This record gives sequence, structure tokens and C-alpha cells, in this order.
Amino acid sequence: MKTYTRPMAGWWKRNPYYLWYMLREASCLFITAYALMLLWGLYRLQQSKIQYEEWRESLSSPVSLAFHAVALVLVLYHSWTWFKIMPKTLPRIPIPDWLVVAGGVSGVLVCSAAILWLA
Amino acid sequence: MKRSNKPIFWSLFGAGGMLSALIGPALIYETGFHSQALSYDRALAFAQNGFGKLAILAVISLFLFHGCHRMYHSLHDFGIHVGPGLKAAFHGFAAAGTLAAAVLLALI
Repeated sequence: MKTYTRPMAGWWKRNPYYLWYMLREASCLFITAYALMLLWGLYRLQQSKIQYEEWRESLSSPVSLAFHAVALVLVLYHSWTWFKIMPKTLPRIPIPDWLVVAGGVSGVLVCSAAILWLA
Repeated sequence: MKRSNKPIFWSLFGAGGMLSALIGPALIYETGFHSQALSYDRALAFAQNGFGKLAILAVISLFLFHGCHRMYHSLHDFGIHVGPGLKAAFHGFAAAGTLAAAVLLALI
């Protein structure tokens, strides 16, 4: 038996809210690709210095720079949405919503500062 | 009743979402626009250190589980009906990446 499926093509273009939703979901493509890129770097690191340096050099290629630029924007947006909805995704706690969001954003700032300072 | 495996994958998705939200932007900045800091000696020392190994494994594995889980659910948004096969494929991919990272870290 074949059941009717409502056509869904382009539904997310109909409302700006859906567009933002899809943009956030798109971050998952970049997070996955980024993890694979790191895995490849780890493989090169395990091989030898020459191979690793080749990989490191490829990070400055135009394709890599464009990838990183888009990834940075989308992951920042993911980051913001992750903590923006946190009052709804957490179990009920006696902390006001704005404080939960502020805590998350502060966490991003502290972690980022630590990484930028250490690396 | 068979126990659902949903909580496991949701936890991995959530952990990856949290980790990428906290450190994703800074990591992307480092590899993309500040790779001069990632010299061979520093990277190797980090990958040979116990804490470093754990950090690398957590980032690669949880980013993969987060990304693949969200991709799997996005298929629904495009009207693709998902079943156990696709679910196994997406999560299996993340698991394979985790295994590969673990093996490489053990060899380094």
C-alpha cells in the first residue's frame, strides 16, 4: 500500500523562522566535516612530521579558509541557539531563565579565552 | 518490551552539542586562522599527553555523534523517511570515526 505524503519541497523557505532553524541545522554538516578534518590531521600526525606539516599547510588553502569562515559563523550561531533554548532543554531548576542563558554564554567566553590564550 | 536506545544517542548528541557550543568557535578559529600555533612538536606533545588524548578523542567523537545525529533527524525535514538502517548508518559512521581516533591516539 502506498500512502499519501504531502509534498515538502521548499517548506523551510516560506517563513524566516524556519530559515533560521535550517541554518542552525546546517551547522551539523560543518561540525561533522570539522571532526573528520581533525581526524585526518590526527592520522597525518601519527604518520610523520612531513605528513603533518602537509596537513597543516592545507589549512591555509583558500578552500580551507572558506570552509572555516562558514563553519565559524554557523557554529557560533549553533552556540547561541544551544544556550538560548537551554532553559527549555534543562530539567526544571530554580534558576531564572536569563541566568541560565547568561551562564552558558559566559561559559563560551571563558572556554574561548582559555583556548585562544593557551594555543 | 525492548529497551529504546534513544537515550544513549540523545546523550551523545547532547554532549557533542554542548562541547561544540562551548569550544567549537575557538577551535575553528585556531585551525582555520591561527594554524601557526599548531606546530608539529606542540601537536605531538598534546596527542601524547593523557589529558590531550582524552580531549582529542572527546572532540572528534562527540562532534561526530552530534553532527550525525542531527543530520539523521534533518532527513525527516526533507521528507525522507528514516528507518533502522539509516539510523545505524549515521550512528555507525560516528562510532567508526571514534574507533579510528582511539586507535590513532593509542599508536601515537
